[in-house]
Amino acid sequence: MHEETVYDALDSAHGGEGQWAFGTGFDEPLAGVDTTVPDGIDPADLGEYCLMLGDDALVLAQRLTEWMTAARELEEEVAFGNTALDLLGQARLLLARAGSVGVLGRSRERATPSIPDEDALAYFRDPDEFRCTALVAAPGGDFGQTMVRLLAASTLRLAVFTRLRDSRDPVLAAIAAKGVHELTYHRDHAARWVLRLGDGTPESHRRAQAGVDAVWPLLADVFSATDVERRLVAAGVAVDPAATRSEVTAVLTQVLGQATLRVPEWPADVPPRGRVGEHSPDLTALLATLQGLARQHPAATW
Amino acid sequence: MTDPELPLVTLADLGVLRDVRVEDGVVVVEITPTWSGCPAMGVMRADLVHALHRAGYAEVDVRTVLSPAWSTDWITGEGRRRLAAGGIAPPGPAPARSTGPVPLTLGPSRRTAECPVCGSADTVETSAFSGTACKALRRCRSCAEPFEHLKER
Repeated sequence: MHEETVYDALDSAHGGEGQWAFGTGFDEPLAGVDTTVPDGIDPADLGEYCLMLGDDALVLAQRLTEWMTAARELEEEVAFGNTALDLLGQARLLLARAGSVGVLGRSRERATPSIPDEDALAYFRDPDEFRCTALVAAPGGDFGQTMVRLLAASTLRLAVFTRLRDSRDPVLAAIAAKGVHELTYHRDHAARWVLRLGDGTPESHRRAQAGVDAVWPLLADVFSATDVERRLVAAGVAVDPAATRSEVTAVLTQVLGQATLRVPEWPADVPPRGRVGEHSPDLTALLATLQGLARQHPAATW
Repeated sequence: MTDPELPLVTLADLGVLRDVRVEDGVVVVEITPTWSGCPAMGVMRADLVHALHRAGYAEVDVRTVLSPAWSTDWITGEGRRRLAAGGIAPPGPAPARSTGPVPLTLGPSRRTAECPVCGSADTVETSAFSGTACKALRRCRSCAEPFEHLKER
């Protein structure tokens, strides 16, 4: 009875024309939200920054989803699914924000008009148009490495989002304020697992350490700001990633220390790579999986 | 109107429904998402439009409100009673909202919940994640039943 009502309602909400088959939802996630850009903020920069934060979430969600049907315990599979869903929700809001200020890259030329902006951005941009870091794009490795990467990525993102709550863009500030609660759960979950694995059996310790050693080189560009970020920091919109350095290193050092894991030397800073569209073939392979079906059937509805 | 994933509570009892008013003959409904990835938002929106149309209101505008972020503290007493009666332990007080860095919690979860089956307080969290984004999984040490807990935020 209830389902009938739901599908009736959904159908009528879309004029009985069906819903695009690969989309994340039924309506634009910022429907009714005031998306006016405050004075003194360059909309192109704002949109580009939303792509950086949105792509990090979208790509990490995809990496975590690779554990579906592969996790060793049902509870952990559910945890991966929920974490990925939270990130996907953040990605949707951020990509919709980028779309609302007209930053769509070449996606609109490729996507059919009925596809919402956030879906066009997710499914119809090429790898060089993505703005995620290598930290989230790299393959996940085993469970230990997956948890070390999740710890590093969620610690960084939480440090950025707590500061972003004060952004001069009210939409970005609201997305960040919502996300802080979710990222806190993600970071603490990953930290507890790193603790358990590092301070567990010799085998779990060995593999967790191998995970740390594999993830650490990916941190070389996470504190480097792009020109877009620098301009937006000056405008009171963005967070300078370098401003999160002491908090992030303190959290990671604390967790690894308690987990009896060796903290590798922090890699020397390098200029931004993923944030300016320079990616390894790992992202191309990931996007082929993420986007393949939607691109083969760009007008499919259900 | 109820949450499609928690059909035992209304959107008002859940704190998702923020405002309903008439502006120039248009019914304006404001709703706020619970968790960012909650897939029920689109369904809620469509349900609301459908219900208002059925009730005779032709012009309906359902708006999303992102700020302030939804908190479990907004769930009403009636909502909490209905959750517990439906086998879902209601949330405790939400963690304090600070403006600074969020402290790391490395120990076991300190969240507590009474078993909705037998009422025992002797329950343990088996996972911080469950069937939907907003719930954790617990087990009762008195009656051994597993149950879900709407987690605080």
